[in-house]
Amino acid sequence: MSLTTNPRTTVNPNRPLSQVRPKPSLRDKYGDRAFNIAATTVLLLSILAVVYPLYFIVIASISDPNAVYEGKVWLFPSGVTTEGYERIFADSRIWNGLGNTVIYTVLGTAVSVSTILCGAYALSRKDMPGRKILMLLFVITMFFDGGLITKYLVVRDLGMLDTVWAVVLPGAVGVWNLIIARSFFEHTIPNELREAAQMDGATDFKFFFKMVLPLSKPLIMLMIMVHVVAQWNSFFDALIFLNDDSKYPLQLVLRNILIQSDVSSTGTTGGDIESYAAAQRIAELTKYAMIVVSSLPLMIALPFMQKHFTKGAMIGAVK
Amino acid sequence: MSRTIPARRGRPAAAPLPQRKTSLSLRLKRISRAWQLYVLLAPAIIYVLVFKYWPMYGVQIAFKNYNPVDGFTDSPWVGLTHFIRFVNSYQFGQVVGNTLWIAVLGLLLAFPIPIILALLVNQLQSERFKKFTQTVLYSPAFISTVVVVGIMFVVLSPRSGLVNNAIQLGGGEPIFFMGSADWFRPIYVISDVWQNAGFSMIVYLAALAAIDPALHDAAKVDGASKLQRIRHIDLPGIMPVVTILFILAIGNLLNVGFEKALLMQTPLNLSSSEIIQTYVYHAGLQQAQFSYSAAIGLFNSLLNLALLLVFNTIARRANQATLW
Repeated sequence: MSLTTNPRTTVNPNRPLSQVRPKPSLRDKYGDRAFNIAATTVLLLSILAVVYPLYFIVIASISDPNAVYEGKVWLFPSGVTTEGYERIFADSRIWNGLGNTVIYTVLGTAVSVSTILCGAYALSRKDMPGRKILMLLFVITMFFDGGLITKYLVVRDLGMLDTVWAVVLPGAVGVWNLIIARSFFEHTIPNELREAAQMDGATDFKFFFKMVLPLSKPLIMLMIMVHVVAQWNSFFDALIFLNDDSKYPLQLVLRNILIQSDVSSTGTTGGDIESYAAAQRIAELTKYAMIVVSSLPLMIALPFMQKHFTKGAMIGAVK
Repeated sequence: MSRTIPARRGRPAAAPLPQRKTSLSLRLKRISRAWQLYVLLAPAIIYVLVFKYWPMYGVQIAFKNYNPVDGFTDSPWVGLTHFIRFVNSYQFGQVVGNTLWIAVLGLLLAFPIPIILALLVNQLQSERFKKFTQTVLYSPAFISTVVVVGIMFVVLSPRSGLVNNAIQLGGGEPIFFMGSADWFRPIYVISDVWQNAGFSMIVYLAALAAIDPALHDAAKVDGASKLQRIRHIDLPGIMPVVTILFILAIGNLLNVGFEKALLMQTPLNLSSSEIIQTYVYHAGLQQAQFSYSAAIGLFNSLLNLALLLVFNTIARRANQATLW
């Protein structure tokens, strides 16, 4: 299967044939209809199961916290308030985390994508001596790794703890992505093109940068998006390698607030139980708003990214 | 490049490369001619050497008493002490049991569901509904694990959570889901399906799209129902992909979802949420027992590798697609 295959023509072949097809017997027709109904129902229920929690969080984030607390919010927000959002945008930790995440994401994506593209191209060249052994060097790491502790010690010995590099470098090259990129190059860059370029005196560098990369835009887009999403969402490397909380990425800040319920800065003033309970509810409201705010960028980008991810899955499936 | 490249087809292949037994000088010449390719590959190689193979070299500390001054190489050997200590520790049964429980439950539920979804979506008539379903089902994959666990905490919260509100509306008693060891596994697996099933579905959809439509047409002419076509055309058609993904899932059985388990841990559910990897994290990084936890990590990796080899062999015996 090539990348350029239009899925529409392969997936939905029955239309032009429908005139030729003999009429199905009644029983089969009902059987198929029952199947269609069952399939559609199952899928609609799955869609509902995916969407409703997200929808609920959105309406809860703009509802009066007391109404949410009493279980009055189901389909529509009640007593609309923007207090949750105001509190988030007033919280310096969020802004700081967001800034760090942007830095880590840009830097991490740049490092990963350039390393993977260059490396995968070299590995895709059948005329590179030692290609098989070098490939094996990468593949082995998919099945065995040294584990968390030794990785931590290596990063520590390199003096990277508490630096940007600890977040950017240790996970930079995913072997799976390398394989996807390599098979893309193998399938899309014809050997004749390279030979022709070499005939014209192009070096490997020149050919790679001037011909291969411009021809590989779908792959580059896919790689950029995979890494942007991954870096944006990652927290674990930051958790183990960073101590200085001014360097925390957004996800780690979110973890501390959302999961560890660190509500210190959401303002628990006053000593009496009632105002404490009210503060608790507002803290909950802030959590809903925080979930919305942190997921929104990727959700908005999703329709634009979908095409590329589907393609990526296809390259992966072809292997 | 300003020059145009003549895209000639069917060029005769260059002189056939001499096979094997090439002289050393010729080989060196060929290597030196490809130096630019090695330069391109160098960053990736340096990466694996530093961040993959150096830690692997460091795994020897599992058999040593690591101290920072002596480093990986010079710390004193202690043999299998750390492994024996782990196997004899009171957490051993619990931690290994929890890991296997979560892994097997996850595999039984989370593996087949994307396949079923893909088969159903593939049968949809309307292109638009198909696309819509895909987009919606895989959107949770873009939400970070932190936020998914955050969603679980607010939605399952005992005081104000959505689920408990529903339970109370039905006259039931609120349940403290995140603080209960019994609920950890179901919540973990269900949320995993919720987040990842749609994304995993795409690979199967791609495989389904690659099935020759003529097969379906022929079956239709013969009067096959949709269910029959799924059973006899679609399923066999995606079987190689299923097998490969299954072997990969087995190979990662004991590693999956470690970050999520760590996030979902509360002091109250520890008895079912502490898995090998989180135990390594706690013992190794929080209590600085480097050698002990490296030994446990190695135990985990080896178990994984063994599973992978076993299942790959089974797949080969069964004449299915294999990894290598």
